[in-house]
Parts: sequence; C-alpha cells; structure tokens
Amino acid sequence: MSKQNNSFLEWIDKRFPLISTWKEHFTEYYAPKNFNFWYFFGSLALLVLVNQLITGIFLTMSYKPDASLAFASVEYIMRDVEFGWLIRYMHSTGASMFFVVVYLHMFRGMMYGSYRKPRELLWLIGMAIFFVLMSLAFTGYILPWGQMSYWGAQVIVSMFEAIPFIGETLHNWILGDFMLSDAALNRFFAYHVVTLPVLIVVLVFVHIIALHEVGSNNPDGIEIKENKNPQTKIPVDGIPFHPYYTVKDIFGVVVFLIVFCGIIFFAPEMGGYFLEHNNFIPADTLKTPDHIAPVWYFTPYYSMLRAVTVNFLWIDAKLWGVFLMVAGVAIFCFLPWLDRSPAKSIRYKGPIFKFALALFVISFFVLGWLGTQQPTPLYTLLAQVFSVIYFAFFILMPWYSKIDKTKPEPKRVTK
Amino acid sequence: MADSFSIDSKMSGRRRFLVAATSVAGGVAGAGIATPFILSMMPSERAKAAGAPVEVDISKLEPGMLLMVEWRGRVVWILDRTPAMLASLEKVESKLADPNSEKNQQPDYAKNRTRSIKPEILVVEGICTHLGCSPVFRKDIAPEDLGPDWLGGFFCPCHGSKFDLAGRVYKNVPAPTNLVVPPHTYLSDNVLLIGAESKESA
Repeated sequence: MSKQNNSFLEWIDKRFPLISTWKEHFTEYYAPKNFNFWYFFGSLALLVLVNQLITGIFLTMSYKPDASLAFASVEYIMRDVEFGWLIRYMHSTGASMFFVVVYLHMFRGMMYGSYRKPRELLWLIGMAIFFVLMSLAFTGYILPWGQMSYWGAQVIVSMFEAIPFIGETLHNWILGDFMLSDAALNRFFAYHVVTLPVLIVVLVFVHIIALHEVGSNNPDGIEIKENKNPQTKIPVDGIPFHPYYTVKDIFGVVVFLIVFCGIIFFAPEMGGYFLEHNNFIPADTLKTPDHIAPVWYFTPYYSMLRAVTVNFLWIDAKLWGVFLMVAGVAIFCFLPWLDRSPAKSIRYKGPIFKFALALFVISFFVLGWLGTQQPTPLYTLLAQVFSVIYFAFFILMPWYSKIDKTKPEPKRVTK
Repeated sequence: MADSFSIDSKMSGRRRFLVAATSVAGGVAGAGIATPFILSMMPSERAKAAGAPVEVDISKLEPGMLLMVEWRGRVVWILDRTPAMLASLEKVESKLADPNSEKNQQPDYAKNRTRSIKPEILVVEGICTHLGCSPVFRKDIAPEDLGPDWLGGFFCPCHGSKFDLAGRVYKNVPAPTNLVVPPHTYLSDNVLLIGAESKESA
C-alpha cells in the first residue's frame, strides 16, 4: 500500500470507523476452523438476495402493476425486452433457490444446535427473515397476474376471513376492495418492491451483527470463545473470516452459480415446480384451474392447511387449518427453548434425536409432495398423519431431548 | 446505559410527570398520523360504487345446464336442475353438515331444501366458503375420484370440499358453511336480477 493510500485511509478513518469495522467483521472475526459443507448456505443466501434485488430493479422498469396490463407486460419482458427473458428467469429461479438455500441453512442450524444459547436471538432474527421472505415470495408470485397468481392469492387472502369478528373488514382492508382486483395487485407490487425488500435488507444486516456478537456455532456445537490463547485472546480453534472463509465461500458461489445457470438455461420452469403451467394463462376471475397448488416451497404448509377437515371444540375446521399452517412455520421460533439436550450438535446427541430429526425431514418432504397433489381421501389421511409427526418433533422435544443418551462434547473442535 | 438508569432513579416527580405526559402526547400524535394511512387502504369510493345488480336472461338455460355470470367481481352460478337432480337433494341429506340451511348463508326466501325461489333454478355464488376457490360443477354420477355415493354437485379442486346440487356443504370437508345465495329476484319469468331483491332497491 502506498503512502498516499494510507493517508487517504487515515483521513477516512478519522471520520468513519472504516478500518475497525473491516477488522471486526472480516480480518479479525474469528470463526471456528471446522466449518463444513453446510456452512455455505448463509453466504449463498446473501448472494441470492443481491441477485433478487438487482434483477428486481430491472424488472420494474418494464413491468406494469395493473390488472389489465400486468400479464402482457411480463410476456413483453420475456419476448421483446433485450435479455428480458434472462433477467426474469434469474429472478424467478432466484426465488426458488432462495428457499433451497434458506431451508438448508435452517436445517444446518437444527443439526448443529445453532439456535441454542447464546444464539436464541440470532435464530429469532433469522425466523423474521424467513417470514419476510415468504411474504416476498407470495407478493411476487401475484405480480404476473396469471391463473395461479390470482387463485393462489385468493386462497391466502381468504384465510384472513377466517379470523373471528374482524375477518371480513381485515380482508377488505388488505385487498382495498371487496374481492381480489386491481387495487390489491397495485399494493402487493408496492410491498414487493419497496416495503419488504427494505425490511429484509435491514433484518439481514441485524442477523449478521447478532452473529458476529455471539460468534458462529460449528459442527461440534462447542463454544470456541471458551478456549482462547491467553496471550492473543484469540480463540485457539478460530481462524479469521477473511481470507479463510471468504475464499471458501467463493468456491461455494462458483459451484452454486453453475447449478443456478444450469436451471436458468435448461429448466427455468423446473417442470412446473418453479413456474407453474397454469400461470402462463391470464387470470380468469370466473374459473379456478382444475388443479391448484402453491409453488413447491409453500406446499408443506399448504398440506397442513387442508389436512384439517373436522370441527374441533367451538372452532371450525377452516380456522384450525389456517392456525395449523401458521403454527407450522412459527413453531421453529420455539426451538431454542424446546431443546433440553445437554449436547448441542447432532454429533453428540443420542439416537432418539437423530430418529426424530429424520422423521421430521421425511414428514416435511411428504407434506411437501402431498401439497402438490389433488386432495383424495387417502392423501388427506396421509397429510393428517404426517402433520402430527411434524408437530410431534417440536412438541415432544422437551422430553425426548432430555432422556436421550448423549455423548460427551469434546474440549476442542474436531475434524 | 448505566448513566441513563441513574438519571431515571433520580427523576423527580415533576420530571417523571413531564416524561409521561410527553410520551402520551407523542403516542396520540403517532396514532393520529397513522389513521389516514391505514384508512387509505380501505376499499375506495370507486370500489364501493361498483357492484350494481345484474340482469340475466335465462330463457336459453336448459335443464342440467350451468350458467356463469359475474356480479361484483364474483362468479354467480345459475343452474337449471333436472327432476333427477332435485330428487338427489333429499338422498344426500344425511351426509350434509347443514342440510336445513340453519346458518345465515342465504336470504329467507332461499331457506328451503332447494335453496331457491323456483325449485329448479339454483342461484348461488360459485365461491367456496373455505378459501375462495371456485368449485367445479360435477354432474356425473359416481365418478371414480368422488366415490360411488356421488349424486352430482360441486367439488372444490383446491382443498377437496364438496357441495350438493343446492350448494349445501358435506360433512368432514374443509369448508365450514353452505355456499352463499346472493339476493336475487325474478323480474319476469325469464329475467333474473342478481344483487337486489327488487328493481327499486337496486
């Protein structure tokens, strides 16, 4: 670094904490040295977020949030705008990949106990990001105003009508009309391009600040800060985030981009899972498509919604379904307090936890698959059984995690 | 942080009162300025003005045929039921959640077995009372997917709710109530008015 450069940095640093911030979050942020494959997904989520923000800005330049123009404007982007097809497919594939990496990121946390003390708040901020992400996906899917946009939104918004007393007023307030119409499309556009992106960027920032305060967990689930070099005060099992993990993450980015480009160029619709066939038909307010299902990332919760078919207590099945679906997402928030195991990581947890986690993953996939299928009596029964398993994983955790036979945690991180 | 707490503990009664009063005034102002923004999201005057009743000529409607019309952006079905269809209404009653239309989902003049003014003509909103999908008219008897007991009715593809040919909901399906019968009347034998009970009240 030349002398001139140094004095320029000094000039900045007297007016803004540039060097200290860089050190705190990159060169002197010590992360455990035993990160594995599962630790790619946080940085990949950030990459996809940037992808969504940039491609999103360019899409707004040609999109029209008007019920009579929206569908045609998306087709205009696909056919007439230079590279419009690429930008739109980057955005639509990015939406699905966002959920892929976020689900893997969350699963990593569940395996290694990353939600446990002192990372409860970090986990909750992450859940807030997940809620905002779901809202972004929902509002974004409405914008092309195709058949699935319209009827998917109709189903989701009708859920608010199930709320006792205020349901109908709330429903009309959300839509700005007595039914799903242009007014709703216009405001969902505002949420999708202004409100929610601002929220998610702020929350991601807060998520990283909270992470760097408590420090990263690792596959062994032990605290590297408890074992510091007495002279340097640096955790003996820690390595600087930069250059070690920046380089590792760049490798992850390269592999991810290969997959991402493969999807964009060869299977952008992913056989109807990323972009549903019915959404290539303009919205028809008089006819629901014969088969409607949400995009794949919502299907596990969608299965729970329709699993409830009996009235229970004084509440009818419809409200229970909505409640179950919301609970299916929200219940992750309680994980830090449900897990009573002496060990944090799956590596030192006992067979009961491993079995329970495996059952949970199976039920998540089965519910996800059922959500894409037409409801038949057998499928409804399956959805009920697997919903019970899904919730049992969480609700019974305080007991089974306590009686489970754990192994002793090591003092130092292992390979 | 510690400093602000120590100031707190030394707060005199007068200062505490002023802080509380300022907070309350600020809260009121906050709620006040939020009100116009929240109300701006309610249905606009234009949205409220839309939704005039519609007149429908049903002279071309044949028995067994379903006509769809739009009223207030919602789909309304007009079904001319055949004698066999009408006969099925009694047969399915034991499987229905609300066979006598006890819940207030229809005007009084449609609170009968056929849920209609004229027995054969059903006028009902084609919107599932579960989550707002539009059910499919399935007049085929005992199809493979709906089972041997199916005598015709409406099936919601979204979540599997079933309704009979009078829009009455089956038991043990996600939909909680019968389909809604909108206010309607006959201006003449073949002209139906949907959305109002007389020309004047429209």
